[in-house]
Amino acid sequence: MAGVGTLDMSFTKLRKGMHARVVSIGDDSTEMTRLLEMGLTVGTTFHVIKVAPFGDPVEIDLRGYRLCLRKNETKGFEVEPVE
Amino acid sequence: MTHIPLIALVGNPNAGKTTLFNSLTGSFQKVGNFPGVTVEKVSGTLKLDSMSVECIDVPGLYSLAAVSEDERVAVEVINGTLEGTSRPDLLVCVLDATNLERNLYFFSQLAEAGYPIVVALTMIDRLEQAGKSVDLPKMSNLISVDIVPMVGHKDKGLQDLKDAIERNLSNLRVPAFDIGFPTALETRVASLRERVARVGIDFNKADIRKAILDPEDPFNRFLDDFPEMHAAFQDARDQLGKEGILKPALEVTSRYQWASVVTRAVIKEGESTKETRSVTDRIDLVLTHRVFGLIVFVAMMYLVFQSIYTFAQPLMNGIKDGFGWIAGEVSPHLSGVPVIQSLVVDGILGGVGGMLAFLPQILILFLFIAILEGTGYLARAAFLMDRLFGWCGLNGRAFIPLLSSFACAIPGIMAARVMPDRNSRLATILVAPLMSCSARLPVYLVLISAFIQPKFGSLWAGFALFAMHLVGLFVAIPIVWFLNRKVIKGKRLPFLLELPPYQWPKWRDVWIAMYFRGKIFVKTAGTIIVFMSILIWGLSYFPRLTANETNAVSQAYSTKFPSASKDDVSQEISRAQLANSILGRFGKAIEPAFIPAGFDWRITTSILSAFPARETVVPSLAIIFSLGGNADKGSPDLAKSLSEATWPDGRPLFTAWTAVGLMVFFALCAQCMATLATVKRETNSWKWPLFMFTYMTALAYIGAVLVQQVSHLFGAK
Repeated sequence: MAGVGTLDMSFTKLRKGMHARVVSIGDDSTEMTRLLEMGLTVGTTFHVIKVAPFGDPVEIDLRGYRLCLRKNETKGFEVEPVE
Repeated sequence: MTHIPLIALVGNPNAGKTTLFNSLTGSFQKVGNFPGVTVEKVSGTLKLDSMSVECIDVPGLYSLAAVSEDERVAVEVINGTLEGTSRPDLLVCVLDATNLERNLYFFSQLAEAGYPIVVALTMIDRLEQAGKSVDLPKMSNLISVDIVPMVGHKDKGLQDLKDAIERNLSNLRVPAFDIGFPTALETRVASLRERVARVGIDFNKADIRKAILDPEDPFNRFLDDFPEMHAAFQDARDQLGKEGILKPALEVTSRYQWASVVTRAVIKEGESTKETRSVTDRIDLVLTHRVFGLIVFVAMMYLVFQSIYTFAQPLMNGIKDGFGWIAGEVSPHLSGVPVIQSLVVDGILGGVGGMLAFLPQILILFLFIAILEGTGYLARAAFLMDRLFGWCGLNGRAFIPLLSSFACAIPGIMAARVMPDRNSRLATILVAPLMSCSARLPVYLVLISAFIQPKFGSLWAGFALFAMHLVGLFVAIPIVWFLNRKVIKGKRLPFLLELPPYQWPKWRDVWIAMYFRGKIFVKTAGTIIVFMSILIWGLSYFPRLTANETNAVSQAYSTKFPSASKDDVSQEISRAQLANSILGRFGKAIEPAFIPAGFDWRITTSILSAFPARETVVPSLAIIFSLGGNADKGSPDLAKSLSEATWPDGRPLFTAWTAVGLMVFFALCAQCMATLATVKRETNSWKWPLFMFTYMTALAYIGAVLVQQVSHLFGAK
């Protein structure tokens, strides 16, 4: 599968200003499905706008809108940085 | 009777649905509850040129695949399967032009559900500010529905939308377009749909597709009576798997691909892109900054709190004084019949006045919430605070209801509706009354000034007052943690928070929100509150002492205190009357249970009679403790009466620790029927107010007993 390698990481590693792409979405649970339905499908690129002052949630820009997610609720997601 | 067409307004959260609903229906709105669930039903009459239609505002949805209870209700409203609803004739789908991809995802699900749809495209002005434009004819062609561009706050396009609704109602047609699912899948969907139709099950394409893609999908259960159907579906699954088509998330991915293609085809990028974004980003640089953002947040919340805590006071006093004046005017006319006089003055006018006194706080708080929500700041506040609330199962939005509850739990509980999901809303509602509200303040002040200040000085008095405000907060933390794990059931969705671009508040939305919150409180919670006031009045009024008993009381008193004035004697009669009432008797009956807390029947009776509102415990204590010792000193000072009260064996009733115990009891108990009535209205069930009353009373009792027993351990007398 493309993108598998040392660059793979989860949401917890994301830093402000990074651009990233969804590589895989983990399990098929309803929780994950809802995140997909928000537009985080495999291959989607997004931009990390900022991390909240207490370390969570993370604000990202995807598909032209701004969404905040909690790091521990996106555990199944694998993302890779893009240039 | 002719059929009144029903249209449902649907769309993603933040797409401008409420603004549109308010523009369409204005003040012709009804707010109630769907039977049996906590979700609020907002509907209204929409006047078209040739007819009136009923319009229902469906709560915002990201997807038709409902997970939470609120979503399930919203989807059932759309399907017309919820009790008391019928299937809408037409859907008006609100799509946000600046966030088209995700909005179209939801639209693609709706379009397949077989409804005639009219699209209201909102935020066109913002799109244009960003230098972009939308090709409406092309879009209308691609998604095969009528599209009406809207400019929310200017009501531009409103007439066009009404015309489109009217036109589509007389010519109902279901959108038909190809999402672009793999052909191999769609062929099987078509053939399986025919097969299940032959056994009499009418599924639409989307249902069949979901049933194929997900063996766990609830639609599969409809096939349980037909084993051969199950086999056919499994066969389709196996085949698709072999062909390499069956991939996880196939449905969502296909829909997003379609949405993305449509968006790229209809939105024209202009020269000066990202204009509005950068304004919002520049504001956010400050408002979500780790230092300045928190400073602004604290300042903002301080303003909100002060407004309901301080600014509402004159209005509340005005209402109370107004009712006091009315009571004063009415009372003499009824003096011939003391029962009616007391019923009208103490029961009815007292109850209505006490209930209406909550209105200023509710209106002021909802003024703020509507502004904060309308501008987009509420989402930022939730972003800042989420971490602090998230770990115990709440989320950042819980901040406003909980903070407001320090002024008064009633507006606080009503404010819990800023939380979109039922579980966190319920958890917040259930702990909100543990926050120390302003009605507890008089109780603390009387007890502290009587027992803490004289003995330990002002410093400790101040500390005690501060500590009492923290007791409930600290108790609330483990409680909410426990509630979220053990009591509140239901699927928990990931916390999703959109940060919409900042905008000016839409004043009509603000006024409508305030008006309906106030109206709902008075109509539903208010009715319960007034009814309960009258009930409690009856319990403390009946049975009356006979004339002989009254004489005996006043004679015994005058013999004991020869210098007693007429007022003192009538006070003593009030006391004897309360002691003799059902409430007083009940207070005596439960005295043994409260001995471990150091409370006698006079205290328990005062607590009972404070059920209409906590602060009334002060006048109740005043009645029941207006003891003879002060009779010749003029007006009895409550603090002094309390400190001179004794047990039958002569020990002082109140030690400093009994006072602390009583304060802890009041900090934790649910002696406030207005709160319980509001919880009933907000959760649409008596179950939760009963649960709240039980757990808080248990906590209060345990707290008071603990204080008393621990003080004994340390040798306090």
